Amino acid sequence: MIINHPLLGPRDSQEFIYLGDAALIHRPDGMAEGALERFVDYTYLRDNPAGSHRELWYHEQGDRSWLVVTRDTTTHEITAVEMARDVARAEGRSK
Amino acid sequence: MSRISGGQIDRSQTLRFSFDGVSYTGHPGDTLASALLANNVRLMGRSFKYHRPRGAISAGSEEPNAIVELRTGARQEPNTRATVTELFDGLSAQSQNRWPSLKFDAMAINDRLSPFFAAGFYYKTFMWPAAFWEKIYEPIIRRAAGLGRLSKQDDPDAYDKGFLHCDLLIIGAGPAGLSAALTAGRAGARVILADEDFRMGGRLNAETLEVGGTSGADWAAQSVLELASLPNVRLLPRTTVIGAFDHGIYSAVERVSDHLAQPLPGKPRQILWRIYTKRTILAAGAIERPIAFENNDRPGIMLAGALRAYANRWGVAVGEQVAVFTNNDDGLRTVNDLQAKGLNVTLIDARKGDEVIDSAGRLGLKSITIRRANGKTETIHVSALGVSGGWNPNLNIASNHRGRPVWDDTIAAFLPAPESIAGLTCAGAAAGAFSTHAALTMGVAHAIAALADLGVTATADTPSAEDAPLNLTPLWYVHSGKGRAWVDPQNDVTVKDVKLAKQEGFVSVEHLKRYTTLGMATDQGKTGNVLGLAVMAELTGKTIPQTGTTIYRPPYTPVAMGALAGRARGADFKPTRQTPSHKWAEEQGAVFVEVGYWLRTQWLPRNGEPTWRQSVDREVLQTRKSAGICDVTTLGKIDIQGTDAGAFLDRVYANNFASLAVGKVRYGLMLREDGMVMDDGTTARMGQNEYVMTTTTANAVPVFRHLEYCRQVLWPDLDVQLISTTEAWAQYSVAGPNARKLLQKLVDQDISDAAFPYMACGAVTVQGSRARLFRISFSGELAYEIAVPTRYGDAMIRALVEAGREFDAVVYGTEALGVMRVEKGHVAGNELNGQSSALNMGLGKMVSRKKDAIGMVLSQREGMTAPNGYRLVGVKPVNPAESLTAGAHFLVKGATATADNDGGWLTSVVYSPHLGHSIGLGYLKSGDNRRGERLRSVNLLAKTDIEVEIVSPHFFDPEGERLRG
Amino acid sequence: MANALKPLTPLGHDAPQSDTIGAITITENPNTALASLAARLGREAEVASLAAAAGIPLPGPGQSEAAATYGAIWLGPQQWMVEAAFATHEDISAILKPIFGEAASITEQTDAWVRFDVTSTTLPALFERLCSFDLHKAGAGAATRTVIDHLGCYVIRRTDTRVTILGPRSSAHSLHHALTTAAKALS
Repeated sequence: MIINHPLLGPRDSQEFIYLGDAALIHRPDGMAEGALERFVDYTYLRDNPAGSHRELWYHEQGDRSWLVVTRDTTTHEITAVEMARDVARAEGRSK
Repeated sequence: MSRISGGQIDRSQTLRFSFDGVSYTGHPGDTLASALLANNVRLMGRSFKYHRPRGAISAGSEEPNAIVELRTGARQEPNTRATVTELFDGLSAQSQNRWPSLKFDAMAINDRLSPFFAAGFYYKTFMWPAAFWEKIYEPIIRRAAGLGRLSKQDDPDAYDKGFLHCDLLIIGAGPAGLSAALTAGRAGARVILADEDFRMGGRLNAETLEVGGTSGADWAAQSVLELASLPNVRLLPRTTVIGAFDHGIYSAVERVSDHLAQPLPGKPRQILWRIYTKRTILAAGAIERPIAFENNDRPGIMLAGALRAYANRWGVAVGEQVAVFTNNDDGLRTVNDLQAKGLNVTLIDARKGDEVIDSAGRLGLKSITIRRANGKTETIHVSALGVSGGWNPNLNIASNHRGRPVWDDTIAAFLPAPESIAGLTCAGAAAGAFSTHAALTMGVAHAIAALADLGVTATADTPSAEDAPLNLTPLWYVHSGKGRAWVDPQNDVTVKDVKLAKQEGFVSVEHLKRYTTLGMATDQGKTGNVLGLAVMAELTGKTIPQTGTTIYRPPYTPVAMGALAGRARGADFKPTRQTPSHKWAEEQGAVFVEVGYWLRTQWLPRNGEPTWRQSVDREVLQTRKSAGICDVTTLGKIDIQGTDAGAFLDRVYANNFASLAVGKVRYGLMLREDGMVMDDGTTARMGQNEYVMTTTTANAVPVFRHLEYCRQVLWPDLDVQLISTTEAWAQYSVAGPNARKLLQKLVDQDISDAAFPYMACGAVTVQGSRARLFRISFSGELAYEIAVPTRYGDAMIRALVEAGREFDAVVYGTEALGVMRVEKGHVAGNELNGQSSALNMGLGKMVSRKKDAIGMVLSQREGMTAPNGYRLVGVKPVNPAESLTAGAHFLVKGATATADNDGGWLTSVVYSPHLGHSIGLGYLKSGDNRRGERLRSVNLLAKTDIEVEIVSPHFFDPEGERLRG
Repeated sequence: MANALKPLTPLGHDAPQSDTIGAITITENPNTALASLAARLGREAEVASLAAAAGIPLPGPGQSEAAATYGAIWLGPQQWMVEAAFATHEDISAILKPIFGEAASITEQTDAWVRFDVTSTTLPALFERLCSFDLHKAGAGAATRTVIDHLGCYVIRRTDTRVTILGPRSSAHSLHHALTTAAKALS
């Protein structure tokens, strides 16, 4: 596959490491009430859609950016590639 | 004499070659098949199941019959298609699947026994008793299976891998491919034109057709010349595109040296190219298909287009008396071309109701029996018969992404599905456009369209050419006679087998394939699949598209394993990483161990130490007695800086890091989010906003990746910067009671306990050179780790050894390191197994619950904290003379060795020279409460069963007095 | 005390090694000091101006740039590898840290890498056999991290006929073997 890196352009997916569902961005607060249930859900209960899926990929043999790649799991068509840091910030993650 | 005039061979040169030990000659431009045919050799092999005599039926890579063992010795390659083997001087080939000789094959008895070998024979015969499967049936089947023989020697040739980039990849250099390449090349696009043949031109080389008023072959040659002159065009002859992968990545094998006796020095035999392209045109032509009739498999019976190709391209007549059996106008070209060469040709046109119903000739075709439309039969003597049942577009690559081909009644063949692969279009015969005019026009049009997508304007310049229709009336098999009519000649699948499959209910195309082995030979059914499908359709009364389609997976043609391996073989299988002390250790005769890519010193034998244990015992004892030096460079080092670096560490480590002072080191325990231990190591605070983290050797890369994940994905606004410094510093551990005295001789600053206490760190100099010093210990001894820039690593080990001479210091390897850490009860790789928590390791108290570090929450889950869970324990044999076995499981006395009774296992076992017996670490259920208990330690694989006592994991200096000394 | 430790090149010799194979020359180059430079969060503009004042180029993604004293290669977002002559900048991080103060994180990288300079008039053909970095297209100044023979390397196109490869120092021998093997296959 080819991943169109937002900064570096098209790169061979062989340079990347795949992690999984980009929902991992939303790590629960470990000190909050009910943290245990939320962490079980966060860690183990992932969606595995046949179709469009937002995934975390790491450009290990490149610039070491984590990316959010929107990929159709049935066709491998990639419709969006974003910097994970930007996505995380936009979705409310900070410090 | 079978050589006739004409053809694209160089008759001024003669090449000598041999087949089955007999010498022949041919010319440059010949294939092995054309040269054999020119020498009147029609018999080239034996079929797989019935050992039927066979000859070439094609002139291309689809060949199912003429497959030979090429070359001798280590370069011997089985299942090589004679039809695409470029002739070279000295070529040696042997027929295969016959014994003792091709002309007399004892296994041909199978042919007589064919009623027993029908489809499903293996399934039906070798079913019971089950006890026979492995011991009796499998060896029988294996002996009978397989065609050629491997040399069983190492392949002496090298294979390269490479990467190519282009705007437009064109697969196939026939009229469509050439016209597309000319159009795109003239427009300035980056073009790769790949063709499996050594001579580009495709069918133009095999025909007498004209293009632009000149011969097609000449037009092709001129086009290739023009393309070669364009710097933006890359011609890849002898290159087979073997598969289409995602997003414009194609794989291709270039046969760089296969047309030579052996590769030139340093040159690869083949190159596996990974091609990145924006657009692709598949112009791979079409493959002719036979019509099945009784005994249609004799040497001399060929596809009509192949018979014509041998005459036109190679100047070979397979016989003076020839017949052509066709259901379409293309077959008539063979009649015309052969007649023009002066041969006597009989036409059997199925469209007029004439059929070939049988043939004769044990080792080669002698006669055929014809039944005319009026019912009259006649037998005529011929030595060659060309058969044409139509042409199948060569859509193999276009179906690699499961795009289902579409049936076209006009040509009675499958067409590639539109948009079956993003960015790929099919042109010419591959798209079902069989006339030369259509191929040229389509090649031009597709190139213009592909370039327009990329914003490049190209212009059309299409030469004139014939535009004749195929006029095909389908005929799949001749309904006559009781004998066998072959559908897939290589695997000996006949019309009868298809009928049997239908009778037994295997009507779906996937079942048909697996039940009869149709299309499962080295040719993957390139000639036979559609025919088999058509026969099944007729038998079931369905249409062909209703019956099914066949699609193809890569590779398009067989690929040498060496090409897939590339240079990564033997010593070059993977790169190695050398530690800074490698050169010195090599001089000392060190024994190395591979740890990932690293080569680490395992132990350093001295004279008079015939066993490794003696060396390791000495290294341990001497370190504990005086001083030992160990290269610890392989531990991962990550430089962590930023104003939030401390806060960041507090989140990635389970234990507290906020309180770490500048100039101090702390042990850190890193968990995964699921609460299991990921890694451990020490982190030193080198400055206000500067830390150096160490990781285990194995986890250096995954931990770095994890830290980047944490800082970019989880906490994007933490001010933290990371970079690996593993390679930048040569780091040595100096341990033992004399460690300080030894090191003080080299370090320019005071390293007394007062100036440099336990767990201190800081910048120092070593004889004027910049260095870093850490007072940390893995061995349990008074110890330091000293780091110098890697360029000084070699000098540093020599300086340490020299400084240690007066203390009789040793250099120790990973084995002694392992002994000392087990003696101290430190966990390492065997305990950090991905399934163990901090609590399991006896480190539960380190997990701070006052902060939200990765893994904290889930480490507190029910089950993870169960009091009867596994705990790290020390283990020693009750009888000190007995040795523990790593991997052994704990059983209470009297319990049988079953999984239900399993109490835990031994993770690490060493011989402690300090204690004088074997010791181990292990995980034992409720281990904390079982000190002093005696258990059995059972390893069923090693067949050991000994009594052990559970003890503290800290065998040596449990209070840690030595390391604070 | 004078420095008594004797340095070795990454290939393990006193002097750098150079191999000429056909029209390709592969030379080990230990004469460059390297340090990584990463802007602290929120201080990117400050780093840019401090760098400009100090004559340190900060090229964009996929690029490298050379100036009088310093050169730099883009490593990742807001992160660069700064190059300078080893003879004058042996302790390069000690030289850079005062320039940037707390605005940037600076880490010595000199000894983490083996540097090979490859010169040839047919560089694109050589690199086709090594990595997916397309030198037919990447002109002078292009730089990327990629994989050569399983090793993560930086490939920096200095000029039409000269490329620098920075590879992991511990694998200097493996990388050298890969480069010379590819060169022999082309010669």
